[in-house]
Amino acid sequence: MSLTIGVPRETFAGEKRVATVPEVVEKLVKLGFAVKVETGAGAAANCDDDTYQAAGAGIAGSAAELLGNSDIIFKVRPPTAEEIALMEPGSTLIGFIWPAQNPELMQQLADRKLTVLAIDSLPRQLSRAQKMDALTSMASISGYRAVIEAANAFGRFFNGQITAAGKVPPAKVFIAGAGVAGLAAIGTAANLGAIVRANDTRSEVADQVVSLGGEFVKVDYEEEGSGGGGYAKVMSEGFQQAQREMYAKQAREADIIITTALIPGKPAPKLITAEMVKSMKPGSVIVDMAAEQGGNCELTVPGEAVVRHGVTIIGYTDLASRLAKQSSTLYSNNLLRLTEELCKTKDGVINVNMEDDAIRGLTVVKDGAITWPPPALQLPTPPAKAKPAATPPKKSGHGHGAGEPTSGKSLAITFAAGALLFWLVGAFAPASFLAHFTVFVLACFIGYMVIWNVTPALHTPLMSVTNAISSIIAVGALIQVAPPLGDAIDGRPDMLILGLAVAALTLTAINMFGGFAVTRRMLAMFRK
Amino acid sequence: MSSSLVTMAYIAATILFILSLGGLSNPETSRRGNLYGIVGMTIAVLATVFGPRVTAAGFPWIIGSLAVGGTIGLYAARKVQMTQMPELVAIMHSLVGLAACIVGFASYVDTSIAFTGSEKTIHEVEIYLGILIGAVTFSGSVIAFGKLSGKISGKPVLLPARHWLNLAGLLAVIWFGARFLGAHDIDAGMIPLAVMTVIALLFGIHMVMAIGGADMPVVVSMLNSYSGWAAAATGFMLSNDLLIVTGALVGSSGAILSYIMCQAMNRNFISVIAGGFGTGGGTAPAAAGAEPAGEVTPISALETAELLRDSKSVIIVPGYGMAVAQAQHTVYEITKLLRDRGVNVRFGIHPVAGRMPGHMNVLLAEAKVPYDIVFEMDELNEDFPDTDVSMVIGANDIVNPAAEDDPTSPIAGMPVLQVWKARNSIVMKRSMASGYAGVDNPLFYKENNRMLFGDAKKMLDEVLVALKD
Repeated sequence: MSLTIGVPRETFAGEKRVATVPEVVEKLVKLGFAVKVETGAGAAANCDDDTYQAAGAGIAGSAAELLGNSDIIFKVRPPTAEEIALMEPGSTLIGFIWPAQNPELMQQLADRKLTVLAIDSLPRQLSRAQKMDALTSMASISGYRAVIEAANAFGRFFNGQITAAGKVPPAKVFIAGAGVAGLAAIGTAANLGAIVRANDTRSEVADQVVSLGGEFVKVDYEEEGSGGGGYAKVMSEGFQQAQREMYAKQAREADIIITTALIPGKPAPKLITAEMVKSMKPGSVIVDMAAEQGGNCELTVPGEAVVRHGVTIIGYTDLASRLAKQSSTLYSNNLLRLTEELCKTKDGVINVNMEDDAIRGLTVVKDGAITWPPPALQLPTPPAKAKPAATPPKKSGHGHGAGEPTSGKSLAITFAAGALLFWLVGAFAPASFLAHFTVFVLACFIGYMVIWNVTPALHTPLMSVTNAISSIIAVGALIQVAPPLGDAIDGRPDMLILGLAVAALTLTAINMFGGFAVTRRMLAMFRK
Repeated sequence: MSSSLVTMAYIAATILFILSLGGLSNPETSRRGNLYGIVGMTIAVLATVFGPRVTAAGFPWIIGSLAVGGTIGLYAARKVQMTQMPELVAIMHSLVGLAACIVGFASYVDTSIAFTGSEKTIHEVEIYLGILIGAVTFSGSVIAFGKLSGKISGKPVLLPARHWLNLAGLLAVIWFGARFLGAHDIDAGMIPLAVMTVIALLFGIHMVMAIGGADMPVVVSMLNSYSGWAAAATGFMLSNDLLIVTGALVGSSGAILSYIMCQAMNRNFISVIAGGFGTGGGTAPAAAGAEPAGEVTPISALETAELLRDSKSVIIVPGYGMAVAQAQHTVYEITKLLRDRGVNVRFGIHPVAGRMPGHMNVLLAEAKVPYDIVFEMDELNEDFPDTDVSMVIGANDIVNPAAEDDPTSPIAGMPVLQVWKARNSIVMKRSMASGYAGVDNPLFYKENNRMLFGDAKKMLDEVLVALKD
């Protein structure tokens, strides 16, 4: 028997998102579920009832009708007490719950004997959980929207221009906190042409900031701020002092400040003081994305845009909802991925498997029993900090560089063999040979030293140039062509030698000219 | 020109040769390096010609042969296509080998310089060795040329008891060597010398025939090394320090290159030379149990274009297949298009990709790919996890994950480009046939891998058209 998924209209004031869009309805139906949508649920997100019906959903006339007949309920905002009262005991609720902030709600959900999966409790550090990570998808939309809101309230261009009507300097944007929202804001502001600076207590995000076109501003104080799970932790007093100075400086310079600093389970840190707001240029804009948790700015009024000391301070708490169609689409995709995890058999029945780390973390109420907080995951916590030290010493260049000593035993054998060879040569060879031998051995070593420096990209030209150089054998042929002969040496087959020498000379000439010419041709192609 | 002046000129030439090789450490200085080589060679030749060992009677002959040889050489250098580079280098090695042989014979029949006692013995050993190395270089290079140009099958040809044959050849060479040294006059010495030459020629053929196509980079650089040793032996024979030094430089450079190539394949130099890799003999089929399972997912050129367009970073891994299909220009067109759109396109070159050390670099350079986006394996292997698409063009063994995962694989332990760590990988291939090593490639069966079947050039052209739309 397949289960029914119900999608109610969000009742929270100003909430425009809907938990499932028509495109996802189709896919849920394919997984074997029946889908019901409350009439008008998607209206604010540009999804009308007809489209839902066309995608295969049924339409329910009221919240009571919908919630009372659904086995699984997809929501965005946490449900109200009235909504909970309408739900059938034993049914499953999936949506944002924020169990830490809402203990009463948790109790109500448990009392109603529901199973609740809080999408905000997803163990984000699991890589396979990323596809379900609604916090990330919502945060990235909020970050984008924050820049758009700032641009809306800001009286100038973002990008610098030189026009007939005068020169326009680019806007300077400072972004506090380079999490998902912060990074999205950096990318958006940089794309609009602003000069973007950003700061985060976690120094490892500096590369990400730069990759999006921002500049990472360091706090002049040594301390690592990674707190696990992709969040920052509270920093020491000394650090905070240094950080305040840096913020004060940025506030004086920046036209727009976007703050995204959150610490899980704690009120948002107050980064921007009233003093700093006063020091900003009139017409500047602050977007406080942490307004819901109390705000990063002392003067933020959550949910509103206010003007203080000539600075517009935007404290909207519904940034993602302001991009309703986009956030609904991404959110419903996250829920779809979660449903796929719950329904691996694709037969329209879900299995809340508490053995699965991701699902265990998500499930905050199971059949009326509160299962939050979940046991700690057995995971490598913050990314190994010891990394640089642990990397094995890199081989310098190629195998036989200074970094790779040969083992003592093989070295001893090599030297012994060498000594024996040298002794043999020394004992039997005449002096004239030894002079040549010296030259030979030293030349081998020079070749050895020089070649290690050749870059692998040039190995082919190296071969063709050494090949050309090996036509030095021409010298051997040259001195045989017409040597100054003594008076008369019997039986020297002059003509034969001449013929051989000329043949050898011709062959090496091919090599000599051809080799150098082709090397030149090749090298001419190497360019930056 | 006095003999002291000639010696000084030789020293200058030697220094220029060393500078020439040193200049190749960097593409910026490489052109100057080549110039040093040319100047050095000119000095060496002129000093010899005007030196005390050459009389005016020889000038017409010298000018004639230099003109004929030089014209042929320049013509060949101009006409050769970059994809044929390995063949050209191989055939040129054979010329040096042949010249060394001829000079050796000429030196032997030349009675104008008489030696006695141990000097005579040493001189004759030098001649013997010089001809030996020259002959092996000559016949080996001719076979390598045939294999590289496809005139001879690239498959290793293995005679039964080939190691014994080689050993017998070696013993025969030593025995004839003893007879040669014991010979009283030139005519008596000529027979063992000629027999040895034939054995050496056969040995060169046999050695290279037994080596598979994938090991060609090692063979080519090894023959390069031999041609150097042949020159050095000639130098000993003629008591000419310039020849000795230059030969030793070339010889050791080729030896080191061979060593680098072997390292890149994680194989022992001896086992490469002994030949017979991937022929199913001995240990190779032990991998039978590890047959990769799963399905290959094909992809069309159109989808490939879409995938490339939507990605932020792309790494292209070219192999011999790109050279065969002459696809490097199309690859560059695609690269240019993607880079103009802000996609970070880079190239990852495996040390033994292609049939000659540095083969891929030359092809990409010919297609005008700037060398600062072409990277060695070690430089970008760690970047694959952050890469959206890795595109493998006509390469197989150098991207085989079995080398890392499967200890029973014949290529186990060979460093490979970890293309499968990218979000998506696309492998362009003509068919599902295995590479030169004859090893199946589990990469093809990976979930994030797509296969684009067809001729690399044709497929890439289609991708390019789709990208332009």
